[in-house]
Parts: sequence; C-alpha cells; structure tokens
Amino acid sequence: MPSAPAPAASAPHLSRDDAGVLVASGDWTLAHARALAGRAAALGRSGTGGQERRVDASGILRLDTAGAQALLDLAPADDIKGLDANRRALLDAVAAAAARTETGGRRGRDGGVLDLFARTGNAVEQIGNDAWKLLGFIGLVLATLARSLPDPRRWRFTSLVFHIEQTGLDAVPIVVLLNFLVGAVVAFLGATVLKDFGASIYTIELIGYSFLREFGVLLTAIMVAGRSGSAFTAQIGSMKSREEIDAIRTLGLDPVEVLVLPRVLALLVSLPILTVLAMLAGIVGGAAVCVLSLDISPTMFVTRLQGLNATQHFWVGMSKAPLFAFLIAAIGCLEGMKVSGSAQSVGTHTTSSVVQAIFVTILVDALAAIFYMEIGV
Amino acid sequence: MNGREAVIEVRGLRNQFGAQVVHENLDLEVYRGEILGVVGGSGSGKSVLLRSIVGLLRPAGGSVRLLGEDMLHIGEARRAELESRCGVLFQNGALFSSLSVADNVMVPMREHYSLPPAMMQRLAALKIALAGLPAGTGAKFPSELSGGMVKRAALARAIALDPDILFLDEPTAGLDPIGAAAFDQLILTLRESLGLTVFLITHDLDTLYTICDRVAVLSQKRVLVADTLERVERYDDAWVQDYFQGPRGRAAMGAAERREAKA
Repeated sequence: MPSAPAPAASAPHLSRDDAGVLVASGDWTLAHARALAGRAAALGRSGTGGQERRVDASGILRLDTAGAQALLDLAPADDIKGLDANRRALLDAVAAAAARTETGGRRGRDGGVLDLFARTGNAVEQIGNDAWKLLGFIGLVLATLARSLPDPRRWRFTSLVFHIEQTGLDAVPIVVLLNFLVGAVVAFLGATVLKDFGASIYTIELIGYSFLREFGVLLTAIMVAGRSGSAFTAQIGSMKSREEIDAIRTLGLDPVEVLVLPRVLALLVSLPILTVLAMLAGIVGGAAVCVLSLDISPTMFVTRLQGLNATQHFWVGMSKAPLFAFLIAAIGCLEGMKVSGSAQSVGTHTTSSVVQAIFVTILVDALAAIFYMEIGV
Repeated sequence: MNGREAVIEVRGLRNQFGAQVVHENLDLEVYRGEILGVVGGSGSGKSVLLRSIVGLLRPAGGSVRLLGEDMLHIGEARRAELESRCGVLFQNGALFSSLSVADNVMVPMREHYSLPPAMMQRLAALKIALAGLPAGTGAKFPSELSGGMVKRAALARAIALDPDILFLDEPTAGLDPIGAAAFDQLILTLRESLGLTVFLITHDLDTLYTICDRVAVLSQKRVLVADTLERVERYDDAWVQDYFQGPRGRAAMGAAERREAKA
C-alpha cells in the first residue's frame, strides 16, 4: 500500500547527469508545481534538439498528480524509470487521463463594440419575448377564469381566503404607515412652495388631489408588487423547481386554476381595499401636518376637502387598482412558472418579477393619467 | 495489513441534537489505503459521523484524530491544512452552480496555492479526465450535466488537491446500475493509482461487495462491528442479519460470487 508517513518536505530538484538522463528528486507535488514548471522549461530549452529524453525518478520523495504531469512533460511514461509500483500506477493513470484531455481555450467575451451590440440586441429581444409571453399568460388566465367562474365547485375558497389574508390583511400596517408618512411629506413640500404665493391653504387640495388620484393607488401597488408579487414568484417558482407543478398536471389538475387564479383573485380583492386605506392614511398624514404646523383647523381641512370634487377623484384612483392588481399577480405568477431547476433560478425570477411589476405599474399609471386628462375627468 | 496506520481514529464520539442522541461512545478506525464502507439504517447517523470527522460538526464529546492529529484541539491554520488533505463528495454533488465544472475543480487550487492560470486549467482538465468525464465537460455548467456526470464532476473537485482521504456520501445513489458499477470501478482505480484512503457511506450492497475492504455497521448509536465483509455477514445481530441475508443482500452476494468465479 502507499507510502509510509510523509517525510519532511523537500524542494523538488531536477538536473541532467553525464549520460543525458534527467534526474528528478525531492517532492514532486502541487505545492511545488510552479517551481517544477520553471525547472522543466529551463532544462527543456538547454537540451539539445535530438537528445533522447529519459528520466530517472528514483530520487523522488513524494509524488502527486501535479508532479506526475510535470514528469510526463519531460518524457513519455515508458521512459521514466525508477518508480515503485504505486507511483507507476499513478503515472499511468495520469498519462491515460492526460491523453483524454483537450487543451482548448475557454469561451470568453471579447468585450468589444460587437459584444455591446450583441448584448443590446439580446436584451431587446428578451424584452419583446417577455412582453409577448405576458400577453399570452394574461389571455390564459382570463380564459381559465371564464371557464371556472360558472362552476362554483371549482372555486378555491380556502386558497383564496388564505391569499387575501397574506396579501391584504398582513399588508395593512406597512401600507398605512407608508402612505401616512408620504402624506406628511407632500403636505410639507406643498406648504413650502405655496406659502410664497400666500396660498398655503391650497395644500389641502394638493393632498386631496394627489392621494385620491395617484399616490394612494400607486404607492400601494408598488408596495404590493414588492411584497406579494415577489412572494408569488418565490412560491410558484420553488414548486416548479421541485416538480410540484408537473405533479399537479399529472394529477389531472390545471396549475393555472389551482395556483394562479386564487392569487390573482386575492389581489383583485386586496389591492382596492388597501388602496382605500392608503388614501385615507395619506390624507390623515397631510391633515396632521396642516393642523399641527400650518395652523389650518381640522374643520377647515374637511370643508375644503368636500369642496373638492372628491368622489370623482376617488373613482379615478380606484379604477386603476384592479388593473394594477391583475398585472402584478399575473407577472408574479408568470415569472414563477418560468423558473427552471435550480434555486438560483428562483432568485433570478423573483428579482425580475419585482422589477417588471413596478415598471408595468408606473407605465400603466402614466398612460392612465394621460387618458383621464384627455377625457377631462 | 498488519501494523496498519490509522488515518482516522474516532474514540468515544458523542453527538446529539437537543435531547436526541445520535452517537454514543462510538469508536472507529480507518486504515491507510483501505476502502471502508459504512452502512446503517436511515437515520442511524452515517452522514453525521462523516460531518463530525471532516469538522463540519463539532461533536458533543469524544475525540477525532485525523492523520494523527486531534481535530478538536488544534489551531485554525493547522486544521485548514488537514482539511485540505481530505476530499469530500457530498450526496448531491454540491457543485457550485454559478461556476463551470473546470472552475469548480479549480476553486480549491486557487484557494490553497498560487498557480498560473494555464497550469490550473491543465490540472483541472486532468482531474476531470481522471474522474472519467469526456473532454469538453470542463466548460459546462452543473445544470447541464446528468446525475452521474454531476457525481463525477464532484469527485474531480474532491480529488483536486490530491487528498489523502476521500469521503464519499452515497456516491452511487440515484445512478443506473451501469453507471453505479462504473463509478465503483473508478473509485477502485483512483484508490490504486492515487493511493487514497476511502471512507464510503453507502446503501448500495453491490458497492459493498465489489470494492470495500472492510465494512462498518452503524447501529444502536455506535459502530456495531467493523471488519471484513465475511465476518460482518456472520455477526450476530438482528439488523445485520436482515441487512445481509435479506433478498437484496443475498442477490448482491450471489452477483459478487459470480463475478469472482468469472474472473
């Protein structure tokens, strides 16, 4: 069996004796690989052209695969003498393995302008594909919804209620706090600007307008995209990577109906409710600033708010909530379905889900703002 | 193999998780150059034993000596040096999924030695070939490999630093019989050519009969018996008898005898 307890470390040595035989001694191990390569290269250069290459390896104290490879760089396996049976076996194994390796370069990026164009092109194509897939998926969800709505036995109440709790009830504290704070900030900003015109009182209109029409629903949607959209992707994605989605399918069930519909419907319920709370919280935040630091009385605040055409603005804001809810849920579930195999893929798609959901939310909000402006509500 | 040198020496090992005692007063030696098969029922603590030997788990009591040094009472630096002389093949390969196979093999080289990149590339290609993978596998990523290839790639990484001791956790689990047999032969070949000592956890009876020099049976929180297969088979214990004399045990035994008769 292999060598006795390792002798003390000793540097590898290589020299040429009078007969032209290379004499190797010392430790031929990975630790000395750099030195070995240098030594071998130097001797290789000094050797005359047609010289016979033979190696006497009997002086070697320790030998590992790196050392064996260095020996094989000096001479073919048959011309290396003085090895005991174990080391001969090692040398033969390395020689056989080395014959099967290929010394190809690695695929590398060239990092040039061409690469830039290629990556830009890939990214554009990717965006196009994602948009196309999203449209297809939205269609699929709507079709499944249309099929399962008339049949109450296929409604999944437990799942629906669970997701409403997760995405709605559990999100209330954070959404309310966030909107309260933003309401206060908007009030401060408005007051600062409007004071110069002696119109501090219009801070109330500013808060009413912005939270009923835009901020309430937008901030809530962004919060929900980060909180629930990512959760949908992670939940469905980890099921996908453990083949649970395939299992659902082989059991004769429709993953869209079982997993996607309850989540989409839950967000359709939760997001509008959260939006109402968000609007209230934002207005209360603004009112707090008005009352405490702008010397506007609460009665005044409420009166002016009523003077605003509040109901109309409220419905403009609320009309966007179901749209955002549907898009966020669809993107979250679709990204989850795109997961393949590894846990790394779950992470990638979760990130992508949040980015897409927030992007789409803001994009749709901008389009809606233009739309409502044009029709004059 | 008399007067053999024990490269792993476990004495009075005790492991427990909360109130659950996994090992109690466990003794085990592994001798240089041998292939030791470790068997035991599910939950008998085979993987826990492996983890406490390689230092991933600090035992609650007892001592673990690796290559003659007490692993529980040595400094960090010395410990890291000893750990680099152990190669571990985890059950599912545990290849780094963000790195190509060649990069996976080069990770330990990069960490422990400063070598020129070209030399590391060559050595990595060599290890990949030694593990029996076709040329060109190095550029692939773990997700592109089949189960058997993942095990071989993980083996290539485990032998990257020419370890003295190779730990294998169920290397043939999940492989088809042909792949499993080829993997057994690969371990034998590597043992012979690289002079490895192998600590092998397995459920695969064919592996036990084909390549193991000794078998340790883990049961009742300790090593019940550690000896050659012939003696372990005859050991008087209900579990051991069930294990080796059950239908699968007898089939594997018969297959091993047929192989020997042919040879």
